[in-house]
Amino acid sequence: MSAFAKAFRRRAVALGVWLGAALPVAAAPERVVSLNLCTDQLAMLLAAPGQLVSVSFLSQRPRVSAMADRAQDFPANHGRAEEVFLMRPDLVLAGSYTSRAAVRMLRRLGVEVAEFPPERSFADIRAHLLRMGRLLGQGERAKGLVAAFDARLADLRVTGGTRPSVALYGPNGYTTGAGTLADDILDAAGFANIAAKAGLPGGGTLSLERLVMLRPDLIVTGARYPGASQAEALLDHPALAALRADLPEAPDTGPEWSCGTPFVLDAVAEMAAARAALEPRK
Amino acid sequence: MLNFRLLLVLLSVLVAALFGASLLIGPAGLGVGTSLRALLAGQGEAAVLVMREIRLPRALLGVMLGASLGLSGAAMQGYLRNPLAEPGLIGVSSSAALGAVIALQTGLAAMVALALPLMALAGAVLSVLLLLMLAGARGASLTLILAGIAVSAFAGALTSLALNLSPNPYAAAEIVFWMLGSLSDRSFTHVWLALPFMALGWVLLAPLGRGLDALTLGEDAAAALGIRLTRLRLSLVLGTASCVGAGVAVAGAVGFVGLVVPHLLRPAVGGRPGRLLPASALGGAAMLLAADIATRLIAPERDLKLGVVTALVGAPLFLHLIYKTRKEGMW
Repeated sequence: MSAFAKAFRRRAVALGVWLGAALPVAAAPERVVSLNLCTDQLAMLLAAPGQLVSVSFLSQRPRVSAMADRAQDFPANHGRAEEVFLMRPDLVLAGSYTSRAAVRMLRRLGVEVAEFPPERSFADIRAHLLRMGRLLGQGERAKGLVAAFDARLADLRVTGGTRPSVALYGPNGYTTGAGTLADDILDAAGFANIAAKAGLPGGGTLSLERLVMLRPDLIVTGARYPGASQAEALLDHPALAALRADLPEAPDTGPEWSCGTPFVLDAVAEMAAARAALEPRK
Repeated sequence: MLNFRLLLVLLSVLVAALFGASLLIGPAGLGVGTSLRALLAGQGEAAVLVMREIRLPRALLGVMLGASLGLSGAAMQGYLRNPLAEPGLIGVSSSAALGAVIALQTGLAAMVALALPLMALAGAVLSVLLLLMLAGARGASLTLILAGIAVSAFAGALTSLALNLSPNPYAAAEIVFWMLGSLSDRSFTHVWLALPFMALGWVLLAPLGRGLDALTLGEDAAAALGIRLTRLRLSLVLGTASCVGAGVAVAGAVGFVGLVVPHLLRPAVGGRPGRLLPASALGGAAMLLAADIATRLIAPERDLKLGVVTALVGAPLFLHLIYKTRKEGMW
């Protein structure tokens, strides 16, 4: 065998070993660290006791996390490479848009990182539950959760009847459009999202003037964060207050709306109840 | 030189026209007839809300803020006999912004509504006093500008710190609002909050005309003419701080209005600081309304900040002024 061929073989073997390490191995990871609010919740739902070592600090905050209580049982991380590496993880779970520098650094240090893009639909929730199950070696549990999710969704889904219009109005006047989790929640609860009618099918900034002129049947805003911000102060505008005075009380978008977990069904249930309360007025 | 009365009338007409335009331009795209019927007669439920609760307060604040900035710029320049003195450039606005941000982030403003303008006013007073102390009554250009840069940077850093430490995830993004200012989605709450303080500022600054005119002859001559300089200085400090503090508290720090407007109008009033006061107030209102309309026309959906537009006009002029001042050997 020529020297060249030998070197090539060595490389090929090394590549094979490297690829093998990156593929899901039969043995489930034993020390899993999650850096992202949404992967935190999927992991907490699926991991075996002791398998999950740390979750992000955000998932301990009740304003943004649907599992804040559960998350208190885990040490928190702030998504920094150094602290995560010192936890000696054999699998790191990250969002595909968060903690980018830390993810790059951890990969360079040879840590396996699985990235999850944000969920944009109910279909993404099913896919992510199953993927997380495979990664953690909890495939059966994941299948069970998906089945339960589908059963409850079928139960809750509002079909037929009129579809009252609803505006999701967030800080800075941001409204969420099609192709998002929030849109699927509204659809399942029997609402028509006003974003499409406002000419913002993908979502975007909806000026207060346009919102007033569109007159939705319901306006849903976000639960407030502590501290003050001009972005949220918009929601106190007298014109918005006057507009909402004629409309029934609407639920706030809480932590159930932010991540693709089975908890979105709590949001569907809440919105379906709001729609039912709207019915006699129509 | 233009007839002074005629100048004031022309400027008033300009302000009125821009005020009307500000009421008629907006994303809702209402027709002129619909807008006026909604505004004046209260016809059309949704349109009334748009006209009376969204556009009217915005246009009113534009006039109030612009007049306040123009007036305080003219007064400061008259007193310091320095064309570079402007609340935004010498750190008064950023200090007021710091006061406002502290009031908001500590929750003071939520407990007592008046805490917001009062804290902004306190920030403004402190910075004006500091500047007068550093630059002296004569306001040497170099010292004034350097002191202003230092005060601006310090107040700006503390504002950023306060916003970064806020538990609210949106707060940090608001550094831009406090630096550049905006009138978008301001309501009558803001108008009523700012009006008393701005009015106080106008009342304090407007009668300074005679004193400022006399000061052009030098401090001794002014004193000989019966001008009480300590009182003049006190009125100036409190008046400017009231105007700027109230404006910044509700709309952020809009720069350059107090620089550009007096500069443009000075030749028209024959360089008399006393006459420049009312002219600058009207001119400031016109410039701010025009800038606010421009933000809505250039990028209607993007919330372009007011300070961006005023700086695009003002910064080149500022450079020109520095160049001219240097040539005249004022440094």
